[in-house]
Amino acid sequence: MLSVRALRKEFATGRRGLFSHAGAIRAVDDISFDIGHGETLGLVGESGCGKTTTGRLVLRLVEPTSGSISFDGTDILALSPKALRDSRRDMQIVFQDPLGALNPRMTVGELIVEPLVIHDIGDALSRETRLRELLGLVGLASYHASRFPHEFSGGQRQRVCIARALALNPRFIVCDEAASALDVSIQAQILNLLQDLKVQLGLTYLFISHDLGVIRHISDRVAVMYLGEIVEIAGKREIFDAPLHPYTMALLGSVPSSRRAKKQFQTISGDVPSPANPPPGCRFNTRCPMAQEICKTTPPPLRTLAAAHDVACHFADDIQGRQKKGREIRA
Amino acid sequence: MQHSTTKARQSTVPTPLLEVENLRVSFGNLTVVDGVSFSLAPGEILGIVGESGSGKSVTALAMMRLMPPNGRVEADRLCFMGEDILAAGERRLEQIRGDAMGMIFQEPMTALNPVLSVGHQIVETVRRHLGLGRREARERAIEVLRRVGIPAPEQRVDDFPHQLSGGMRQRVMIGMALVCGPKLLIADEPTTALDVTIQAQILELMLDLQSEYQMSIIMISHDLGVVSSFTDRVLIMYSGQVVEDAPADAAFSHPQHPYTEGLLASIPTIDGDLERLKAIEGTVPPPFDLPPGCRFAPRCAYAKPPCSTAVPPLVANTPGHSAACIRNTGYAFGPARR
Repeated sequence: MLSVRALRKEFATGRRGLFSHAGAIRAVDDISFDIGHGETLGLVGESGCGKTTTGRLVLRLVEPTSGSISFDGTDILALSPKALRDSRRDMQIVFQDPLGALNPRMTVGELIVEPLVIHDIGDALSRETRLRELLGLVGLASYHASRFPHEFSGGQRQRVCIARALALNPRFIVCDEAASALDVSIQAQILNLLQDLKVQLGLTYLFISHDLGVIRHISDRVAVMYLGEIVEIAGKREIFDAPLHPYTMALLGSVPSSRRAKKQFQTISGDVPSPANPPPGCRFNTRCPMAQEICKTTPPPLRTLAAAHDVACHFADDIQGRQKKGREIRA
Repeated sequence: MQHSTTKARQSTVPTPLLEVENLRVSFGNLTVVDGVSFSLAPGEILGIVGESGSGKSVTALAMMRLMPPNGRVEADRLCFMGEDILAAGERRLEQIRGDAMGMIFQEPMTALNPVLSVGHQIVETVRRHLGLGRREARERAIEVLRRVGIPAPEQRVDDFPHQLSGGMRQRVMIGMALVCGPKLLIADEPTTALDVTIQAQILELMLDLQSEYQMSIIMISHDLGVVSSFTDRVLIMYSGQVVEDAPADAAFSHPQHPYTEGLLASIPTIDGDLERLKAIEGTVPPPFDLPPGCRFAPRCAYAKPPCSTAVPPLVANTPGHSAACIRNTGYAFGPARR
């Protein structure tokens, strides 16, 4: 359904001195992925890795520097402004902060039908019917329509945002940390709602989150990003149970859990390097426990190691070999 | 201190570092913490878990009597190292805070002064509490920055907060809290704003320092994973009350309160797949509109008619593990908690 190739986005940074060149931050650097019909691709990584920029690029809310994006065979980047607006009927986004995404001076009813007004769909009567339908879909009551966003709790506001995103009957939704600002009991309600809607309406999601537990729960396939690049992409079982990139392993090892040994944390040292000045070679080499000389000079390409399991690491074969041996010993 | 060590020798149970009985905190006529009791042993790590508005942060602030002008702290007993905190005057409290109790917050950027170098801020603390001279205080600051894992501390000591990464800022906060060797560290969501790999580094550092300084820690967090792997004992709070008090392992493997059970079932983990999360329906009641009886009853799958008539007491079902649920009292009520 969605096919992204060699997508790149550079943000210019300010000129430092009179004669120095303006620098550029490569927020997203040469990433490619596909999302199939009815599939949820999880995009996970730490802050500043480019996951949010990727979500916006896909919808062309931010113009990419280079690369291609095709949605159901249509080249999104070649569309005229008018055609792009029409394509938005199919592609919507739900943000992290629902209060920031909702106009405080509009009622919830007005907010939900606003996309219909903008796209000039239906008359007042049919919009009213659609409004009731949408409120029901996201678990709100029809009397909520006359209220204002500030009268709602965080979870209810996120339901409003979801109803608004669904108003135009989209087929593809980008969820950018859509449940991250909510308390766990409310987060679970929203995640369940998103899963129900997916089945009911046949939706496809690009689900962006920093929370690995949420990503495992909601995704079919997962892409792990580090400093603007995809370092590993595979089915969720492969990513979580047999990761092949040292960064994915480090991420998983860092998550505290009641099922792990107490008071022991598997840590990797150092901070994420600045995206304005990424290290040469493999970008993870400054923090990688397995780094060798080659990692400091040659960037590893993303290559396919097993069926639908791509990884960008010079030593992924070794890791895979060790995992196989481990499984044989256990068997 | 002298007094407490002799007492500890008489009975083998160590004297608690901190004792809290029936703590109530109110803002105006809203009571946001209602009847919280616990004690903390020396060297113990206690977790306080709850969702937003559960009163966990206010409980921790009340330990230091850090309150906005309209906040009122009351308790039957609030003792730190044998001293009555409620009776202490403002000057005595200022001594205790920073000297015997340290605190770190979620967002170091707002807790640090942006126009002063980090070294200056540590030096300020050291000079005030330990009475060191300028040069000694600076050396002490460099030493503590090195201890919390700041690379090249001789140079970083003159950096301003904005020049450091989030993880480094939190290290500075920890250094500042520990520079006077406190007996109790209160950590309010110290890793919530950090990425997971940095979170693991900070938790590991805190554990190292805890055993080195032999201090107690109160860790406030909404993250059950963090609390379960970091603490010895947990208090689960809901709507201003403690609903479960248990050893960390027991709380997460055999929760006794339906709210704890519900929380655990609503969190997706990285260790396995669930078809569907068991969300707790409804929302936390606001403090001005509390249900009569058990505050969790309107959302509870096990609720019976008596639940909406009286508040269940916190009753131990197995030694050291108690829950405030009428399932623990056989659907009969003990004395009301208030």
